[in-house]
Amino acid sequence: MYGTVRFLLDGDLHEIVNPDPTETVLNFLRYRLARTGTKEGCAEGDCGACTVVLGEVIDEEMHYRAVNACILFLPMLDGKELITVESLTQPDGNLHPVQQAIVDTHGSQCGFCTPGFVMSLYAMHASGGDVTRDQINDTLAGNLCRCTGYGPIVEAAEKAQAQRVPVDHMALKERIEALLALKRHETLELTAKDPVSGNEKKYFAPVSVDDLGKLLEAYPDATLLSGGTDVGLWVTKMHKELSVVIYLGAIDELGQTRESDESIEIGAGVSVADAMQTLARFYPDMGELFRRFASVQIRNSGTLGGNIANGSPIGDSPPALIAADATIVLRKGTEERTVPLEEYFIDYGKQDLREGEFLARIIVPKPAPDSHFRAFKISKRFDQDISAVCGCFNITIKDGLVEAVRIAFGGMAATPKRAIATEEILVGKEWCAETVAAAMEAMAQDFAPISDMRASADYRLQVAKNLLMKAFLETSGEVETRLVGDREPAHA
Amino acid sequence: MPDAHSEIKGGVHKELQHDSAHKHVSGEAVYIDDLPEPKGLLHIYVAMSEKAHARITSMNLDAVKAAKGVALVVTAEDIPGHNDVSPFAGDDPLFADGLVEYVGQPVFAVAAQSIALARAAAAKAKIQYEDLPAFLTIDDALANESAIEPMQTMGQGEAQKAIDGAQHRLQGSFRIGGQDHFYLEGQIAFATPQEDGDVHVFSSTQHPSEVQHLVAHVLGRPTNAVTVEVRRMGGGFGGKETHPAMFAAMASLVAVKTGRPAKLRLDRDDDMVMTGKRHDFKYDYDVGFDNEGNILGIEITMASRCGRSTDLSPAINDRAMFHADNCYFLGDSTIRSHRCKTHTVSNTAFRGFGGPQGMLGIEYVIDDIARALGKDPAEVRLKNLYGDKGRDMTPYGMTVEDNIAGDLITLLAEQADYRARREAIRAFNETSPVLKKGIALTPVKFGISFTTTHLNQAGALVHVYADGSVHLNHGGTEMGQGLFVKVAQVVAEEFQIDIDRIKITATTTAKVPNTSATAASSGSDLNGMAALDAARKIKARLIDFAADKYGCPPDRVTFRAGRVYVENNELAFEELTRQAYLNRVSLSATGFYKTPKIHYDRSTHKGRPFYYFSYGAAVSEVTIDTLTGEYKVTRVDILHDTGRSLNPAIDRGQIEGGFIQGMGWLTTEELVFDGDGRLRTHAPSTYKIPACSDRPDVMNIELYKKGRNVEATIHRSKAVGEPPFMLANSVFLAIRDAVASVGGYQISPQMNAPATPEEVLKAVMKVQG
Repeated sequence: MYGTVRFLLDGDLHEIVNPDPTETVLNFLRYRLARTGTKEGCAEGDCGACTVVLGEVIDEEMHYRAVNACILFLPMLDGKELITVESLTQPDGNLHPVQQAIVDTHGSQCGFCTPGFVMSLYAMHASGGDVTRDQINDTLAGNLCRCTGYGPIVEAAEKAQAQRVPVDHMALKERIEALLALKRHETLELTAKDPVSGNEKKYFAPVSVDDLGKLLEAYPDATLLSGGTDVGLWVTKMHKELSVVIYLGAIDELGQTRESDESIEIGAGVSVADAMQTLARFYPDMGELFRRFASVQIRNSGTLGGNIANGSPIGDSPPALIAADATIVLRKGTEERTVPLEEYFIDYGKQDLREGEFLARIIVPKPAPDSHFRAFKISKRFDQDISAVCGCFNITIKDGLVEAVRIAFGGMAATPKRAIATEEILVGKEWCAETVAAAMEAMAQDFAPISDMRASADYRLQVAKNLLMKAFLETSGEVETRLVGDREPAHA
Repeated sequence: MPDAHSEIKGGVHKELQHDSAHKHVSGEAVYIDDLPEPKGLLHIYVAMSEKAHARITSMNLDAVKAAKGVALVVTAEDIPGHNDVSPFAGDDPLFADGLVEYVGQPVFAVAAQSIALARAAAAKAKIQYEDLPAFLTIDDALANESAIEPMQTMGQGEAQKAIDGAQHRLQGSFRIGGQDHFYLEGQIAFATPQEDGDVHVFSSTQHPSEVQHLVAHVLGRPTNAVTVEVRRMGGGFGGKETHPAMFAAMASLVAVKTGRPAKLRLDRDDDMVMTGKRHDFKYDYDVGFDNEGNILGIEITMASRCGRSTDLSPAINDRAMFHADNCYFLGDSTIRSHRCKTHTVSNTAFRGFGGPQGMLGIEYVIDDIARALGKDPAEVRLKNLYGDKGRDMTPYGMTVEDNIAGDLITLLAEQADYRARREAIRAFNETSPVLKKGIALTPVKFGISFTTTHLNQAGALVHVYADGSVHLNHGGTEMGQGLFVKVAQVVAEEFQIDIDRIKITATTTAKVPNTSATAASSGSDLNGMAALDAARKIKARLIDFAADKYGCPPDRVTFRAGRVYVENNELAFEELTRQAYLNRVSLSATGFYKTPKIHYDRSTHKGRPFYYFSYGAAVSEVTIDTLTGEYKVTRVDILHDTGRSLNPAIDRGQIEGGFIQGMGWLTTEELVFDGDGRLRTHAPSTYKIPACSDRPDVMNIELYKKGRNVEATIHRSKAVGEPPFMLANSVFLAIRDAVASVGGYQISPQMNAPATPEEVLKAVMKVQG
């Protein structure tokens, strides 16, 4: 049995027969194609030196998105167009406007991070339109530069954005057709030997949930791969051998979002970037929280379902979704069950997920009338950091009284967790400083956080309390409380 | 005949792009891991100690050697020469020999067909350790008198007496964190075996000569058996001064023993665990001052964490002492410095080289003085600046002859509207209960020269080919700082030819020997002068030849804009070079430079360690959140002196980049070691250098227009690599100013660096009581 990964690069169709399914796109580019412009800076999707752009046809239109090649597995390119820094220079040696602008503004020093910046800016450029400084900052949040201090690069971004490159519609149409021709209607299956152990490895990319169900019955221990922003690190950082991988990204159904009068249903495979756009319409503060969720590259790859299903106590979406009273739909074969999100998280590394089951979609109720939603992420750095504490508050206030309240935190326990004791103090009481002060004290009953490299236990508890005060101040007066935020969501 | 134009492209003082800018953006710039991989290449994985301090009681590597794809396993026993890669002290074993002294210390290395196979093989090692007591922190080391060298003392007069006699006295203490270099390109070496057991090494290093020397030392061969080459680094910042020797030596050992090329590239985590960082410090002071805030006497005690070996820690801690005064006359002073030996990675050079820690200390003290007297800290800073005779002597006995700090501060305060903004901030803070603003203005005076006098030398090699094209080589290395373009500008200026006729070439020990590290901000000062010397030698021969040929005195020969004028004759540069070649004139020369005037006696800590000082000043404004401790730097104004800048665009890049890196050191970059001595922040997921949005929205950077080096440096420019880093002290002190507002500016907040949100909230709560 053999399978072939097919993708476009510089207009050429590449067909790779049975590659090691967990070989990264970065290593493939650097060591197999000798395209060494794309760099490794961290191998965990945090520095952006490996940034490449993927082109995908969505609703018959080409969409370009920056992603981290260091944690992207080669088979995930199947059916897509790959664009690297080498793709940008014209045959006559002329540079793309973003490249030329970086030269002109002295935006490179050591130059090692530069190709990654070029690709992030190229994706922004391809999306077109005017951009604000904040949007540039967001676009580049996943690209670290240690030399320049970023100023000249931001200047280059502004300069380049003003220069449009005429679209070659013929070429674009050809590429769209070429990609549509690569669309699969059956499961892609790859078989390869692990280059270290020699053991057989399998990779499946089913195209329907039914096929996924069957595969999970056959391989109940398979690793489910969605965006790869977590699983990728199992390979690049923990050096794990994944013997059976089932990729969810080719299943259209998991990528769909539906809206009803009461709720929003987001497929587990919807990217964090897309989910952010949807949720921000109903919960602006959730949008701001998601804007600070990793980086553009990670949000483009990572999925909302993955952020939940991996069970991390410090994922950014679960506290917000729990506060919003989200439920999730778990599916096995053709059977589905619905679980309140907070009940999915049982303990550290333990979730309410039965054998053969997978997360199908997330249902987020629309905000109740008179409700106030606030989300705060506390980390050492504003952008592209992992929460020390993430506090989300959904408070319904009627006639000055707390009618309903849901408070959830990340980083405060072994799982994302509600502050039940705190909520109990608040509910039914007057929404005033005294009530809030009493509720802040109750926080210690809800949580006994740990100390680690991100923050001490004392700080976590103190901040959790203070965030309730902040939510109160923001919903009861005009006090200025925000250092960052109130921004338009970043470019995808 | 080329077009005659009045000015060459790319002379000195011009805003040229980095010479590799086009290659950077196109991805064509080659870093060592981008080189084509030759057949038979071996990949090396380094196995590290899991213990902070332990004896190795047994080590069985049979399974490692037998593992798939393994070609060679090397340990301390397999070293033909010396098991040492230290810069001078002899205490940095390449591989642990029975004793491990930090988590991450190399124990053995595996060379295999792929890095994955090498790593998998290394995991099969069976090593048993017997734990020994580990000192992990400065306090542990001080309590146990564990040091890499005895405490050093510097100063003048009778400090204690002056403090006792002063109207006011303050004592305080705070801590300053370390910093990882986080060069984007990790440590890498790529060795190829040569005839006669020689080796050629590509090394990402700021110090090719030392790598060459140490590889030879490890192999037990003379220096001439080793050639080290580096075209460019993906960042260095001091982290590639001493450490690359370790990886180059391992790769060379494998190459020589197997006869196969060998590459050693650390991944980010291994790099951060295995290599040294900026020293963290404990700072204590006891200061006496008058009603106006004039410092009359001070005792400063610094202690730093040097880690397991000497490395460059003596010079780094000396430099902390040299900068304990910053721009200020301290009166009677005693500066003590403890150099703690700990069972952690050996800390090393990092932009500023101890200077930042010493300088932040005195700025912290001045803030405390200002708050105690209810004065604006900027006013107290102005009062304490070095001045005329009687106020111009540093604690190390050097007279400050080029002081421009007062002018810089005054100009900057005006440009940045410092005083009015300070008032506006105070008004804002009155009415804003949660968000508080703060502002600070701090100056920088940074001593330029290696304080180890003999290092202040450099060499260059210039060839002029018959067609008038030029090959330029010197001992300096390019790590992004723009050294290569600056030196090329110097040569272009001297020959009066366009810069694109000058080929910039990789640094190699085969062309220029016995070089110093590209460090101490000295790159263009030293190598620019050496290249100028070489160019002048060739030019003198050309002049003599032309004068002789045309029968005129040599002073009638001039070079201008690609042309050579010989009395009434005019010819193109390349015509002259062709004729010179045909007439058997040597068109190749080496150049050399040694810095004049400097001397230093380390036994008394007296002398003139620095040729001159670089100055700058910055105003930073921040807003903090008193509920969470988060903050944002909202505006920065910088005025910096680079003398007559060789390349103002490159210099601005150094200023901006240095500032942001310094800001990272003092804000988000926190190194966390656990109780077992393991570094828990060893990748960008946990170690947070500034990101794009951390850059202040308003950032005004100006070069000091009057700038001109009083010393005869290369075209009267000034060094710029390190000094701007310390402009970021203003960020830390602005945060402290914002915290102080919580207590109505009555209390000087106790706050350690880095000022993480947690540290800031802690400081706020302490002030709140």
